[in-house]
Amino acid sequence: MVRQIKQKPMNWIERLYIFEAFRGLWTTLKHALRGLLRYETLPTVPYPEIKPEISRTYRAKHRLMLRPDGTPRCVACGMCATACPAHCIFLEAAPAEDGRIEKRVLRFDIDHLVCVFCGLCVEACPVDALRMDTCDTSYVFRKREDFVTPMYQLMSWDPKDYPQDDLQSQMAPGGTKNKQALDAWGLKVN
Amino acid sequence: MTPEAQEGNIFTSSLDFLVNWGRKNSLWPFPYGTACCAIEFMSTETARYDLSRIGSEYVRFTPRQSDVLLVAGTITYKQAPILKRIYEQMAEPRWVIAMGACACSGGFYDCYCTVPGIDHIIPVDVYIGGCPPRPESFFDAMFDLQKKVEDESYMKQRAERLKEQIEDIKRKSKECREDLVLRKNEACEMVSNTVRSKVNDVLDVFPFKKGR
Repeated sequence: MVRQIKQKPMNWIERLYIFEAFRGLWTTLKHALRGLLRYETLPTVPYPEIKPEISRTYRAKHRLMLRPDGTPRCVACGMCATACPAHCIFLEAAPAEDGRIEKRVLRFDIDHLVCVFCGLCVEACPVDALRMDTCDTSYVFRKREDFVTPMYQLMSWDPKDYPQDDLQSQMAPGGTKNKQALDAWGLKVN
Repeated sequence: MTPEAQEGNIFTSSLDFLVNWGRKNSLWPFPYGTACCAIEFMSTETARYDLSRIGSEYVRFTPRQSDVLLVAGTITYKQAPILKRIYEQMAEPRWVIAMGACACSGGFYDCYCTVPGIDHIIPVDVYIGGCPPRPESFFDAMFDLQKKVEDESYMKQRAERLKEQIEDIKRKSKECREDLVLRKNEACEMVSNTVRSKVNDVLDVFPFKKGR
């Protein structure tokens, strides 16, 4: 079925085209005034003032999980460095002093310039020592050396910024089922 | 502003301020997009993250009219001379942003064909990490670049440039003078040689003069 549409003939004001031009300008002016007066109704995000909401599952900057005594939970097995496709994790191991674990980590650097944020290191970690839930997504520096994040920066996170109901993020012995070790630490498994 | 600019007189320091204010609020980018980071840059240009808000009004697809070279994506060794040439075609002052892991460091392409960071080819002002970086990171980089532009001293750079030019002119004029002296000596020698040979010819033709 073909639908015939009759075109409305222009009246003489429209045929002058001068007023039509100003009608088009009025639309532009309306948007300009809206940007001046009602800024928050615009679709544009005013970035530096309003930060985007990033969920906890977004793969952002890494953090190293800690035991209650403040040492990193990492046991220096090197699985994250093996799994990393970009080879951006550099770690050095040393024998642990306390005798409860075999090795402790001496140096744990992540080069965030080479890192592609795939999350394979988090998947590979057997003791849940590495997470990517800091919601810190902006990495801007003027030198390449500044992107290398050392261990103390990865460890310096505030527990208040993370969900309190997540027991794993607050409790120490990540993933282990060794009851003796848990007793030695004085902890209970929920 | 740099301390040198602040120590300068009122005219030069305020001129520095004016020039830098104009420069930092009209950084027109040239998108050198070769991979997925360029898609993220397109999203930065859209209405949601409007890049025009900070004065980067137009994306210029010609190096002659742009201030910021935005390298977004993997740069291979085949691509490298093109990038270098485009950087050289840009008019000064020019700045470079390396966007994403590939452009900054090669990323996980640890292979025979990928340049491990474009700073092996051209100087880079601001690096953005991430694979790909979010538009917010790109905005952070632009703010950082604006700070860098603000810190530069136009008059100081101009004085350095003039000094270089004057030294160049002096060196060239010295070379020319030496060259002229050399040529003059050569010409004199040539003329005297010719005259001597002609005289000898004449003496050969008229041997009676020789006998005297």
